[in-house]
Amino acid sequence: MSQGLRTASGGRINRARPVRFTFDGRELRGFEGDTLASALLANGVHLVGRSFKYHRPRGVLTAGSEEPNAVVAVRRDAARVTPNLRATEVELYEGLEAHSQNRWPSLELDAGAINGLLSPFIPAGFYYKTFMWPRRAWQRLYEPRIRAAAGLGLAPEHPDPDSYSNRFAHCDVLVVGAGPAGLAAAQSAAASGARVMLCDEQPELGGSLLGEADPGASLGESGREWLAGTIRGLLANPRVTVLTRTTAFGYFPHNLIGLEQRLSDHLAQPDLKQPRERQWQVRARQVVLATGAIERPLVFPGNDRPGVMLAGAVRTYLNRYGVLAGERAVLITTHDEAYRSALDLRRAGATVTIVDARDGASSELAEAARREGLTVHTATTVIGTRGRLRVKSVQIQKLDAHGQARGATERIDCDLVLMSGGYTPSVHLFSQSRGKLAWSEGLQAFLPAESPERVRCAGACRGVFSAAAVRSDGESAGAQAARDSGLTVNTVIGEPQPVQSSGAAAPGDLPQPGGEPAAKAFVDWQNDVTSRDLLLAAREGFRSIEHVKRYTTTGMATDQGKTSNLNALAIVARQLGKSIPEVGLTTFRMPYTPVTFGSFAGYSRGELFDPIRTTPIHDWAARQGAVFEDVGLWKRARYFPRNGESLHAAVARECQAVRSGCGLFDASTLGKIEVVGKDAVTFMERLYVNGWTNLAVGRCRYGILLRDDGFIYDDGVVARIAEDRFHVTTTTGGAARVLAMMEDYLQTEWPDLSVWLSSTSEQWSVIALQGPRARQVLEALVQDVDLSAAALPHMGAATGRICGIPMRLFRVSFTGELGFEINVPADYGLAVWEAIHAAGEPHGITPYGTETMHVLRAEKGFVIVGQDTDGTVTPDDAGLTWAIGKQKPDFVGKRALERPAMHSPERKQLVGLLTAQPHVVLTEGAQIVLDARATPPTLPIGHVTSSYYSATLGRSIALALVRAGRSRMGQTLYVPMPGGNLAVQVTSPVFYDPKGSRLNA
Amino acid sequence: MLLINCPYCGERPELEFVHGGQAHIARPANPAECSDQQWADFLYRRDNIKGLHAERWRHTHGCGRFFNALRDTTSDLFLATYKVGEQPPTQAQLKGATA
Ligand SMILES: [Zn+2]
Repeated sequence: MSQGLRTASGGRINRARPVRFTFDGRELRGFEGDTLASALLANGVHLVGRSFKYHRPRGVLTAGSEEPNAVVAVRRDAARVTPNLRATEVELYEGLEAHSQNRWPSLELDAGAINGLLSPFIPAGFYYKTFMWPRRAWQRLYEPRIRAAAGLGLAPEHPDPDSYSNRFAHCDVLVVGAGPAGLAAAQSAAASGARVMLCDEQPELGGSLLGEADPGASLGESGREWLAGTIRGLLANPRVTVLTRTTAFGYFPHNLIGLEQRLSDHLAQPDLKQPRERQWQVRARQVVLATGAIERPLVFPGNDRPGVMLAGAVRTYLNRYGVLAGERAVLITTHDEAYRSALDLRRAGATVTIVDARDGASSELAEAARREGLTVHTATTVIGTRGRLRVKSVQIQKLDAHGQARGATERIDCDLVLMSGGYTPSVHLFSQSRGKLAWSEGLQAFLPAESPERVRCAGACRGVFSAAAVRSDGESAGAQAARDSGLTVNTVIGEPQPVQSSGAAAPGDLPQPGGEPAAKAFVDWQNDVTSRDLLLAAREGFRSIEHVKRYTTTGMATDQGKTSNLNALAIVARQLGKSIPEVGLTTFRMPYTPVTFGSFAGYSRGELFDPIRTTPIHDWAARQGAVFEDVGLWKRARYFPRNGESLHAAVARECQAVRSGCGLFDASTLGKIEVVGKDAVTFMERLYVNGWTNLAVGRCRYGILLRDDGFIYDDGVVARIAEDRFHVTTTTGGAARVLAMMEDYLQTEWPDLSVWLSSTSEQWSVIALQGPRARQVLEALVQDVDLSAAALPHMGAATGRICGIPMRLFRVSFTGELGFEINVPADYGLAVWEAIHAAGEPHGITPYGTETMHVLRAEKGFVIVGQDTDGTVTPDDAGLTWAIGKQKPDFVGKRALERPAMHSPERKQLVGLLTAQPHVVLTEGAQIVLDARATPPTLPIGHVTSSYYSATLGRSIALALVRAGRSRMGQTLYVPMPGGNLAVQVTSPVFYDPKGSRLNA
Repeated sequence: MLLINCPYCGERPELEFVHGGQAHIARPANPAECSDQQWADFLYRRDNIKGLHAERWRHTHGCGRFFNALRDTTSDLFLATYKVGEQPPTQAQLKGATA
């Protein structure tokens, strides 16, 4: 197809560079410099999509990022499909493949359009009203069907092969928008030496000027030269960063602005080594918003047919892209500015009829239109349009003196309808800065008022429209911003320009015969919301605009109501009998336009998604075939299967080895904190429940840390290395938060204490050597420490050397066997581990993982904080009262433990459970009930916290928290499971060697 | 993301900090003398202020120090940050600082 609607000359396209592209498989041609929308229009393609709810045919409405209709998918390959792109922003490249959305089987013949015939039955809130019951039907039937029929576009099916970059930046002045106001602001700020960043969503600087036939001419004398010179100067200035194809999508506290820079979407052959997008987080001392204004559509019946466009957009397509969107046009307007579009179209050879709803439009522009020979109907409304896939005619009716549609009607044949209800300043970013908005009667729009942020607005986004005034306004804003960022401004700083009255009529819908609300008069194109839907919502009792928004879904689509919000507001306000400012605005949410997930993920993908922490022994374990598990960020060896062993078999073997010979366990992930200073012991006394003053140097103690609410926060072995030095261990997951809690008390409650806290978690490798033969293995490697039971009893600590390496040796056991924990500097961890392993081989030494560690400790009834406790467990609940220093006047949590509720006999207490059937292993987290025949719903009296099969005992064991558990020893309780209630007997939580003779060996 | 003025390091992004709740709630010197209600108030009762709020921050990924801040909860603007143990600036001092 030829580009039949392309003008003979003019525009900013490169006519020497034709570009081939496809739309729904159809091969078309455009030029370099086209957008997909302009190229489609040049080919006479107005039908570009189907609407969300009714599947009505829809065409291009706008020429910018506010586009609600022409939303397409662009496909490079199966992985690189980007849905929901605005065709008005997609830059044409050779081979571009675009697809319409929301249609089946084809755009021209859409089965879903039956919804349009059913539209009287799909009013506002339809989904809420119809699909209420039954709940299962919602999940299985309604929701999938609705999602299939509605929805916007399809997600790609493969992982995204593109890369995305992130960048932080700082500047004195960030200018958003590179139209005349933004350019002037950037230039005047830069003239003061400011570090300036200027961003604009378009590929070219100039903003609204790019839609003029002669860009710059409207700025007044030497306007063209000023425009060219300003752009040249900014690009050449090393202190100015100019970012095109860059959307400022969010305004965050303290002048942090999110920018989305599109680097390669416009290229035919993007370099896959380069990022596709770069997300900037810019911290600006001062922000100038020059975000312009968006033309408002008019609300009248059939205002959504393909070929109905915003007046300014038609003008932009003509002047910037050399596309005549139609040859027989009707302009419907309530606003003077739109006359420019009519005049430009006329000059390009189209016939234009003007329908102005205002009475006696007598502005200069209207006069000029009449002089040019255009027909101008004033005091006239539109009561309908015709044309299935493209608008064919407009039905107009005269308004009487009261503005009622009562006069003669007339049909005007056409192939293009322009509409304009005036301009709505783009206050999105300003509002996101928590800026307050003020209603302007003269402009019939909300304008920026006060913001807590260091931000100012310039140009059309604050209601200054005429080109010359916009430029002055920008210059003033830029100079003020430079001054307020702390720079000396040597030129005279001009005042901001006064806000201008636009002559626009009030927003809302055009009058209809009988004063009835019009059918199919769309307010929100993308979400298919009509004026009737809004009136219905108001009639049904919705008063808050936020509720109306959610009920009707107006303003909730990907365009976030850029073209629709004010009209919706005006219609609701009229129905409620209130003024627009009384009804108020809905929140302007970020992002301004959709931002890809990839850009938020940035580099944080795959292996870089989260840091991975490994111990010095990790690679050794990996070579032994260990299966790892994630514990926080740590990789921990869970078990070491041999010859394809199952988890169960490996754990049984590893347990057996520890109980009968010796096992080797990498405990390096334990948190470690060195507590040092002359007041270290006082600090420990105040923090932990235990007594520390009487802990001798060279001894360890099992420490319990509570929060001040009395519940267990962490636990771990603490060794006294010297009078003024403690080696504190924490749980693997608790290391950071325990240190943070220690710092908090030390810095803010007890700053008088002379104590230093250092995290040493990464400095020590911890090797646990456990089992009856542990001492024999160790003796071969340690010379300067007496390992005998008399010299180093259970809970003894010593410093010395192993294989010549300095070590801290603790005789501790988390297995119930004779055991040692050998702490060596992390760099020597692997060497010492290998030496111990070699020395242990004659003794059958067996490396074991966290699963075996769990089973062994559960056999001994040792709790794991966070598994057997959950933040509501006191030391007494866990059977750990013995650890509390009885003589201590205070420790963190002590006062809370004295509350009556904390020693109620009805509290949940830690007990053991033995299943009636020894081979049944309970499910961790399972509930426990009293009654054998209990069926849901029933009140549980506790839950299983740990459950394993114990090879040592030849049966399953479990730990549980049970209400008044210690008074229930021997009692039979029940664990309801899908197959029936399992009988369990309450026992002591210590299943193995209750006297502790083995670990004292 | 807030920009926070650590009294020890200067302005740093919020990423480096951890919020520590309401400031100027001292742990009672003699908890044993507190009634259950007083202890519960110390543990759980916090102001929910619309306006100027004194709160604790810790420069966790920096100097590691706790400090206090006056923040306007309606605008998120900090009016002052100050060291632990210091009293918050008075309204008069704040006015003097911004004048
Ligand atoms: Zn700091």
